[in-house]
Amino acid sequence: MLVEALVVSALLFVIGTFGVLVRRNAIIMFLCIELQLNAANLSFVALSRHLGIDGQIFVFFVMTVAAAEAAVGLAIIISIFRHYQTVNVDNFNLLKW
Amino acid sequence: MTTVSGMTLIGAGLGSVAQQAGYEPLLPGLIILLPLLGFVINGVLALQAGSRSAARVRAGEEGTGPSGSAADRTLPTWIGPGVVGLAFLLTLVNFFRMLGVEVHEPVVRSYWTWMATGGLVLDAAIQLDALSMIMMLVITGVGFLIHVFSVGYMKEDPGYPRYFAYLNLFVFFMLVLVMGASFPMMFVGWEGVGLCSYLLIGFWFKDRAKADAGKKAFIVNRVGDFGFLVAMFILFTTLGTLDYQGVFEAAPEAFAYGGAAITAVALFFLLGAVGKSAQIPLYVWLPDAMAGPTPVSALIHAATMVTAGVYLVARSSVLFALSPAGSAAVAAVGALTALFAATIALQQYDIKKVLAYSTVSQLGFMFLAVGAGAYAAGVFHLMTHAFFKALLFLGAGAVIHSMHHALHATHKDWDAQDMRNMGGIRRYMPVTWLTMWVATLAIAGIWPFAGFFSKDEIIWASGVAARGSMGSLYTLLWAMALAAAVLTAIYMTRMMVLTFHGRNRTGEEEERHLHEAPLNMTLPLGILAVLSVVGGWVNVPGSIRESVFGGFGVLPMSDWLDRWLEPVVGDAQAILLTQLGPVAETAPVGGGHVLWGGIATVVAASVVLLTARAVASRPTVPALEEGEPQRGIRKILYNKWYVDELYDRIIVQPILRVSRWFWKVVDQLVIDGTVNAVGSVTRGVGWFGSLFQTGQVNTYAFILTLGVLAVLAALVL
Amino acid sequence: MAELLFYVFAAVAVGGALGVVFQKNPVGSLLFMVISLGSVAALFVLLEAHFLAAIQVIVYAGAIMVLFLFVIMLLNLGHDYQADLRTGFWSVLAFVAVGTVAGLLARQFRGAAESPIYQHFPGPEALDALIAEQGVVGVIARPLFTDYVVAFELTGLLLLVALVGAVVIAKKRV
Repeated sequence: MLVEALVVSALLFVIGTFGVLVRRNAIIMFLCIELQLNAANLSFVALSRHLGIDGQIFVFFVMTVAAAEAAVGLAIIISIFRHYQTVNVDNFNLLKW
Repeated sequence: MTTVSGMTLIGAGLGSVAQQAGYEPLLPGLIILLPLLGFVINGVLALQAGSRSAARVRAGEEGTGPSGSAADRTLPTWIGPGVVGLAFLLTLVNFFRMLGVEVHEPVVRSYWTWMATGGLVLDAAIQLDALSMIMMLVITGVGFLIHVFSVGYMKEDPGYPRYFAYLNLFVFFMLVLVMGASFPMMFVGWEGVGLCSYLLIGFWFKDRAKADAGKKAFIVNRVGDFGFLVAMFILFTTLGTLDYQGVFEAAPEAFAYGGAAITAVALFFLLGAVGKSAQIPLYVWLPDAMAGPTPVSALIHAATMVTAGVYLVARSSVLFALSPAGSAAVAAVGALTALFAATIALQQYDIKKVLAYSTVSQLGFMFLAVGAGAYAAGVFHLMTHAFFKALLFLGAGAVIHSMHHALHATHKDWDAQDMRNMGGIRRYMPVTWLTMWVATLAIAGIWPFAGFFSKDEIIWASGVAARGSMGSLYTLLWAMALAAAVLTAIYMTRMMVLTFHGRNRTGEEEERHLHEAPLNMTLPLGILAVLSVVGGWVNVPGSIRESVFGGFGVLPMSDWLDRWLEPVVGDAQAILLTQLGPVAETAPVGGGHVLWGGIATVVAASVVLLTARAVASRPTVPALEEGEPQRGIRKILYNKWYVDELYDRIIVQPILRVSRWFWKVVDQLVIDGTVNAVGSVTRGVGWFGSLFQTGQVNTYAFILTLGVLAVLAALVL
Repeated sequence: MAELLFYVFAAVAVGGALGVVFQKNPVGSLLFMVISLGSVAALFVLLEAHFLAAIQVIVYAGAIMVLFLFVIMLLNLGHDYQADLRTGFWSVLAFVAVGTVAGLLARQFRGAAESPIYQHFPGPEALDALIAEQGVVGVIARPLFTDYVVAFELTGLLLLVALVGAVVIAKKRV
């Protein structure tokens, strides 16, 4: 089941990446990043079957970081939305030369 | 003498470290230090005066007084000449102490280790011997008189303290030059006097031409300094030492007689001497150096600094004696210069230019002497020349001073130095006239004036050398020296007659403002005039002294200077004698000293009289009314054989062209282009990179993905 | 049986992920995301990571996704999905890029199970024995509170900082 799990993980990862690239809604992009994290978690778990329990510990930490990141990221999105009245990232292009 | 401190330095003279029995020098270090002290004091005063006058200019009071307050001048007036006078007195004491004892070995005083690098260990040491003593006497003695003269001459100059600061500094470096106990010490003085020469030539630096003259002197001297350095390098690599004593002891064994190495040393030293002593081909700076104040010309460009080359050859006499080719080169350069410069002097109208070319010519005589192996004769002429040429320059200075006043009083825009504007000044400046005639007779070589004995000895020595190897060359040089001596009498008489005799051409109004110089200017003239007469009596050939012609031994000393310098040049003379075989002490074409001396005097006297008659009979008009000579030899001589133009064409212009090429092509195109290209490329890359910074998160994510792709590809493939 | 379940849940997870990307309505995307996360939790169970499966459901699918839902509703984004999905050249470019990534990963995974690297590690049997001995929570808890205790405490700190940061950033006026 290892290879199969890794393939699922890879599929989830590229789908998440694709989502980040093609969606304009900041929240959905965020969601896709969570999807990528989840894909990584799946790889960790699959490999921990063979390589020892440490992989699962890592997943635990990833989830914690994901939770923290979600909290802060959503706060930023709310803050931006207050300013622009939208979450379409095409409108957020001030941060350049 | 291991501790290094100012106290030891001064106290060293009292120390009990007597290397040589019999002679105990008194405070030799102080002789050097006194002018340095004067420089420091005058330098501080000059800086203060400078800042004060700058403040005056800022306050808009420019032109309120020519030289600020009189108080600005009091201290330099006493310090400047004072320190040199004290140094002279100290030198005299040392001289008389040395006079009392037989000195065979030089007295070396080492103060501290100047530099120790690898095999080269150099002490800051001074050497007192017969040669340096003579030089010190001339430098401090004549220098003191010129300092006193300067008090009057520079009285109204705003740069008064600065002038004395430079002058003191010059004396200091000149003393280092002659008192140093090694070639590097001499080189320090050599460079130092060059610096002072530059500073004093460009003393009135607001005048572009004068500043340029200073630069010219400095740059031309660099060529010579290169030769000096190379010669030192060769000496060091061969002998491993640069102390005089070490070099001169080791040289006869280390160098083969007439070998390539010693000839290279001699020729490179000659190059150095040629630069400093204004010989062909590097003489061009000296006439331009007349841009400086006239007492400076007297001190630096006649009496002392320019004789450094002669001193160098005399000091290194052992090295030159080992190289007959080098010696012949020295003599040839000297004789050629003597004749060449004398011809130019014939057709100059600027009184200082005449004296400048005369100096070049007389220096050529000295070179001829030391090249012919008559080192004592060269030093002898150096000494007498210091007397009468300093006198001539100071006298010219007095005349210019007076002329300047006269022309200034009526605001007449004439050249105060052009002899065509003078004439008949004898009536207004009798003391100057008289003393300058003494100097003229001395330089013309008329018995019993100083120049007769020294110049006669040189011509005699070149005649003697003509009997050795390279006889035909020396015969030619002998003939050239004779011709130059005749020309000397002609141009000097021409100068005197144009300046002092005949009708005054300055103008009726101006005439009334001509006046004799004050006492502090005429007194040095008088003393130098006396020296110009008796200065030659220290080295009267024995036969002349005993002859009817010499007044049955009335003249005081016979061959004193030859015997005095024996310890210094004896080794060289011995080398010459063993290599050449004993040279007959007879004149080249028979006869003795007395006969030839008599002929010389008669010829010189008649040349003087004939020239005076000829110049006086030709009408002379003021400079503005007479154009430049248009035709023939007079035009060529007036334009100084076009040497400056030649140098400009073959050296200056090519260098300028090459420099311009480097500037335009290498610097502006290649180097600047490269630097600018680097900048442009950086900007371009930055601009290109900025295209990717869209501010769009998706773009960044995409680029991030591409990065992941690249890393992944690198890992997998 | 386990094999079959694995393929079913894998398919649901991938399908849910695709739904997240292609569903225009944000709330719909979020619900697909919950489905995907739940399926992955099931995969965790099949891979003998029972504790992680539990917190995946509780923390991820429960807490975090609800947080997202709150925000979506707070910002009232339910009907603002015109021109959300990029199309055209850009999507093709993105597809090529992620497709290449996927291809490279697939190439890497081929024969991964036979890689000699696994011979140096305990393997599934050892882990199963450990779970039988210590229980599903015990196997995680033990290293977490011994070897990784510093990192564990730091995550606590991180969560606190994130909490404070989120409050500060989201406040209307500081």
